[in-house]
Amino acid sequence: MRPEVTEPVTLQAKTAPTDTPTSYLRESADAHPPLDYPPYKATALRHPRRPLVYLPQTITEITGPQLGLELVGGEHDNDLLAGHEGEAIGERIIVSGRVFDTEGKPLRGTLVEIWQANSAGRYLHRSDRWPAPLDPNFTGAGRAVTDDEGRYRFITIKPGPYPWGNHHNAWRPAHIHFSLLGRAFTQRLVTQMYFPGDPLFAFDPIFSSVRDPAARERMISRFSIHDAVPNWAAAYEFDIYLRGPGATPFEEAH
Amino acid sequence: MIFPSTPSQTVGPYFAIGLPWAEGPFAVAPGTRAAIAVAGVVYDGKGDPVPDSLIETWQADPEGRFADLHGYGGQSALAGFRGFARAGSDDDGGYRILTVKPGRVPGPGAGDVLQAPHIDVSVFARGMLHRCVTRIYFADEDAANATDPVLSSVPPERRDTLLAQPTEDGYRFDIRLQGDGETVFFAL
Repeated sequence: MRPEVTEPVTLQAKTAPTDTPTSYLRESADAHPPLDYPPYKATALRHPRRPLVYLPQTITEITGPQLGLELVGGEHDNDLLAGHEGEAIGERIIVSGRVFDTEGKPLRGTLVEIWQANSAGRYLHRSDRWPAPLDPNFTGAGRAVTDDEGRYRFITIKPGPYPWGNHHNAWRPAHIHFSLLGRAFTQRLVTQMYFPGDPLFAFDPIFSSVRDPAARERMISRFSIHDAVPNWAAAYEFDIYLRGPGATPFEEAH
Repeated sequence: MIFPSTPSQTVGPYFAIGLPWAEGPFAVAPGTRAAIAVAGVVYDGKGDPVPDSLIETWQADPEGRFADLHGYGGQSALAGFRGFARAGSDDDGGYRILTVKPGRVPGPGAGDVLQAPHIDVSVFARGMLHRCVTRIYFADEDAANATDPVLSSVPPERRDTLLAQPTEDGYRFDIRLQGDGETVFFAL
């Protein structure tokens, strides 16, 4: 039997704290890739065909989880090269940047999670059958929480490109997966960070699913000689913008 | 000045390397009184289970309090209440989280409208370039559901796709990404 459920108590407070946005910008349809994008074949059976229903932003949508490293990891989780007996093979890099909202306000204390292939383009995952070598000194997952200026920093190796089965001779450009919680359910973002000048961009339907060329640029990191550490690691900078406050004065269902 | 946001990309097939963590499926601490399981299967447009999907949920506690940055509504009386759960699907497309039924919270706009108990859900998967957002409502909350402003805005014949059905240990909520009985997804 299902356990007894306590009678819900009604909460009377009507407004959110004043230093929290009460609504977030509604983004235009081309800010993100379409859910139905035939060149990326796996979208075919995994996108809704019925129209989306407008969801007003209520207290459930303008609040969000606050997860810190005490819950999901440790303080060295931002160093993907730590915790192994030997050195990971590949081009050692620092990936750092800041997380902002679209008003340019840094988001501090927000969880940034990454995962990636090794330098040969192989993921440590049972479903990855690409016959490139696994690296016993590289797992490929990291976590960080942004500081007061919205900064995060990871130490890792540059992932390799790899083939996939989407179409004949399909190759993914090198990328690092990023997951951001933001401060509100509304701000949740999962994306991929690419490396500048990758010749595979033009052939990759996932990268190209972002239709606006300027928007694509926002997924590409910048080489940073400033953040590089002499005789040790090159560096790439990747700033991330999550949707910020936006007035939606007439929240009407339609 | 408004900066454009960073575009979304698919979570891909290998998120299990990075995103799941041991306590992920627990929106409440194990052993919490009146805890319920919410479980279901994610299906694609052919009716096949989606084994590489990821579900995240966000909700208030039974008294309408959120474990957010500001502790909206005040500190939850439930020790270890997180209100957030994350569960990767298994090989059969199944997911399962442990939580409590949320209380009623204020609705949109002015006035004293209360929403029916609900849980916000994000669905991620390989083949999804952007998350899909839906809401779990509870089939045994007829009176509250009847006046819920969001549920009322959904075409009547599709509302049952948002209703979790009671089971022995909680509720079942299947997610159909496409096709017959397609789950209602929201534009946020």
